[in-house]
Amino acid sequence: MTLTHFSAVLIFSFFTAVVFGITQRSEPRMMVRFAAFTFVIFVGGTIAASWLMWLIKH
Amino acid sequence: MPTNAQAPARTAGQSSSLPVIVLIAGWLVPGAGHFLLKKWIRGTLLFISIVAMFCIGIALKGKVYTPNTSELLDVLNFVGDLGNGLLYLIARVLGLGTAPVELATADYGTKFMVVAGLLNIISAVDAHSLATGRKNS
Repeated sequence: MTLTHFSAVLIFSFFTAVVFGITQRSEPRMMVRFAAFTFVIFVGGTIAASWLMWLIKH
Repeated sequence: MPTNAQAPARTAGQSSSLPVIVLIAGWLVPGAGHFLLKKWIRGTLLFISIVAMFCIGIALKGKVYTPNTSELLDVLNFVGDLGNGLLYLIARVLGLGTAPVELATADYGTKFMVVAGLLNIISAVDAHSLATGRKNS
């Protein structure tokens, strides 16, 4: 099995966000919101860190 | 008088055993703690998420850590892997994750399995909190 770096980020962020959403909030609506927030933070943070490393290199 | 004192103690003993059972079950099988508390949807989502992360880690040819290592990072990774409960035991019995890590994606697989173990510990503690009443619902 092979994954691209970005697809690995997406899969990792998705499953982690599901667990975080369920365990860190009490109500179903807040679970979904927190999972979505966590997913965006993970993916966005990775993209931001990637661009930061690119800028440092160049 | 002694009869009155024993009854609450027995009740407390019965109720205090459930959180421990839930905690251990949740550690051994992802989502099992929530299943015992009849949280079927949450348990199913946790089971799918954690098992999928572990299986993807294996499919990416990630490393499964063993306890007989001396480096601190290896010990920490082993503790993370151990969080997977029976999944870790099955992987060890089947001899999975023993190939040397050569590709970047294989290193991702290693991290997938470690994080799956840590997430499983979080979910088991969450089930324990539900059982003790520390978490509302």
